[in-house]
Amino acid sequence: MAATATIVTAETAPAPAKARRGIPLLRSGKALTGVVIFGIFILLAVIGPWIAPDDPSQTGGPVLQSPSGAHLLGTTQSGQDVLSQVLTGARTSMLVGVVAATLATALAVLIGVTAGYVGGWTDDILSMLTNIFLVIPALPLTIVLTGYLEGGGWFPIAVVISVTGWAFGARLQRAQTLSLRNRDYIKAARAVGERPWRIVTVELVPNLGAIIISGFLFTFIFAILTEASLSFLGLGSMTTWSWGTTLYWAQNSSAFTTGAWWWYVPPGLCIALVGASLSLINFGADELMNPRLAPVAKRNRKARRAQRRQAAAAGAAGKEATP
Amino acid sequence: MRPDDPVLEARDVSRHYPVRHVGRRGVVHAVDDVSLALFRGRITAVVGESGSGKSTIARVLARLEPPTSGELRLDGEPVGKPRGQAFRKYLGQVQMIFQDPFASLNPIHTVEHHIARPLKLHGPPRSKAEVHAEVLALLERVSLTPAEQFARKRPHELSGGQRQRVSIARALAVRPEVLLADEPVSMLDVSIRLGVLNLLQRLGHDDGLALLYITHDIASARYFADSVQVMYAGRLVEGGPAEAVTQEPAHPYTRLLIDSAPDPDRRGVLDGGRAERLGEAPDLSDPPSGCRFHPRCPLAMPVCEEKAPPKFSVGGGAGEEHWAACWLHAPEEQQEQAQEQEAQDQHPMTTGRR
Repeated sequence: MAATATIVTAETAPAPAKARRGIPLLRSGKALTGVVIFGIFILLAVIGPWIAPDDPSQTGGPVLQSPSGAHLLGTTQSGQDVLSQVLTGARTSMLVGVVAATLATALAVLIGVTAGYVGGWTDDILSMLTNIFLVIPALPLTIVLTGYLEGGGWFPIAVVISVTGWAFGARLQRAQTLSLRNRDYIKAARAVGERPWRIVTVELVPNLGAIIISGFLFTFIFAILTEASLSFLGLGSMTTWSWGTTLYWAQNSSAFTTGAWWWYVPPGLCIALVGASLSLINFGADELMNPRLAPVAKRNRKARRAQRRQAAAAGAAGKEATP
Repeated sequence: MRPDDPVLEARDVSRHYPVRHVGRRGVVHAVDDVSLALFRGRITAVVGESGSGKSTIARVLARLEPPTSGELRLDGEPVGKPRGQAFRKYLGQVQMIFQDPFASLNPIHTVEHHIARPLKLHGPPRSKAEVHAEVLALLERVSLTPAEQFARKRPHELSGGQRQRVSIARALAVRPEVLLADEPVSMLDVSIRLGVLNLLQRLGHDDGLALLYITHDIASARYFADSVQVMYAGRLVEGGPAEAVTQEPAHPYTRLLIDSAPDPDRRGVLDGGRAERLGEAPDLSDPPSGCRFHPRCPLAMPVCEEKAPPKFSVGGGAGEEHWAACWLHAPEEQQEQAQEQEAQDQHPMTTGRR
């Protein structure tokens, strides 16, 4: 009897209106955290090089100094300011991420959707191409290709990363396109007389939004990590500063063994934080696109809380009634 | 063109689907030699069980798929290839309503987008305000009021019946002459089916559209249609005025189909299971010889196994012939002829064996 009453209350309790307001993505706590962290890094990428206290390449300061008032994140073995390097590097790393993710996502959508929608031998050829790029080990290929483009700065690196990183996304887009192209609303658009180009761009691609966004976010992480790896291996652009370059010099000067943590922790942490923030945004987007993931957990939590409250109230009432 | 000529006609249309099994190639005979005519202001129902090919007919008529053989005629003219101006013109005259209203509207677009697109594609050039006004008029025509509110909604905010009305409004937007409704109410709640059917009936009878109503529910076909065509395993088996076909079914399959629908007026034990006891609907990648219904037919004769029956007239009325493709209704002499022919056909084989 009491149990029935509890269940009824839990189910009919109106959801707080607060939860429905605002930008949908920011309703989820995870996504909000991700957006805030990512926003800070975007800001750093824009203003970093301007607010950097010193020239990151400027040598001649005090050598290997731990963080202090003069050098907030200490100095390197050649007396460069680590904070300046991290701030200047933010722009390069984030630019590589944005450009590579944009190019790779565009390639993935173009090739994946074309293969899935057109079908036939076009699909066979594009799928084969995708599969070839999928099985090529990305990092060695990237190393070889960057070797050709030596000294070009960050942009060629971003291009190379997008060339090696589009294939996975293309497969996803193709699979989803195959599933969507036979939906009734696509058939209905054909039956009304829409042209194929418009069916793809207006009716089909917007429905791929969720996986295009998640593909973009993953390629972003992948690009930042790859750029850092290349620089760390000394294969990146040596004329510009990025987080990977700082890590490369730190490793080169055995910062690990000398205990100069202020040299390698800040750039490493930046890379980790950007990756984490993008993953958090992706979780949030996932919950948004697939409502079954999030609200159930929330609803259950709410129901449990309501139950507990009711139990407590009943207990209190019982105690009052006994004496 | 005379007013009582068919608007859209299918002549001996077949649609086969290739299937590839491991090491074997086959063909599914989804539709075979179907001839069908749709007339202005008349509702023609195609009735059949699942897998009988009735939806395939709708898709072929909507030009979503090409017929394997046979011919489509619009206003008496054979239709051309599915591209270019002529194809557009065809789509401007023949429109389709899909079965599943939850799948036939794009979830990311508003109701207004769905109805405005065909207006922009087929109508004369219009200003934005004119298009908007026409969208509202169409929504009102399918009884979605207040139209201004419905125009702004997205499909997920609508119920199944409302979605189906949007779907109908989208089809009407091109001002078609023919409306193909593929089980338009089968996915809807029983309580709202009548509303949608009445709307379609109004469009057919009052607005003079030629309507093809595809259904598995012969009772609704009787209520709703002027003419009923019964389909079994890819072929039409009986056709005629709705009253005649449903009240005096001539083909054994139609009889079983009617018996299988529950009817509170019919006394005694319901015997819908008769056809099921006689086996499943046939595998259309290897259809039975002769009459496709003979393996399940309680009245099958030897000739049924041998030869596919042509259409035999079994009466008439309401300006339309009532016919059945069943040897039971063959005139005596033709039946004998068929049997003789059969004997002759068999003769060389028997001698050959000896």
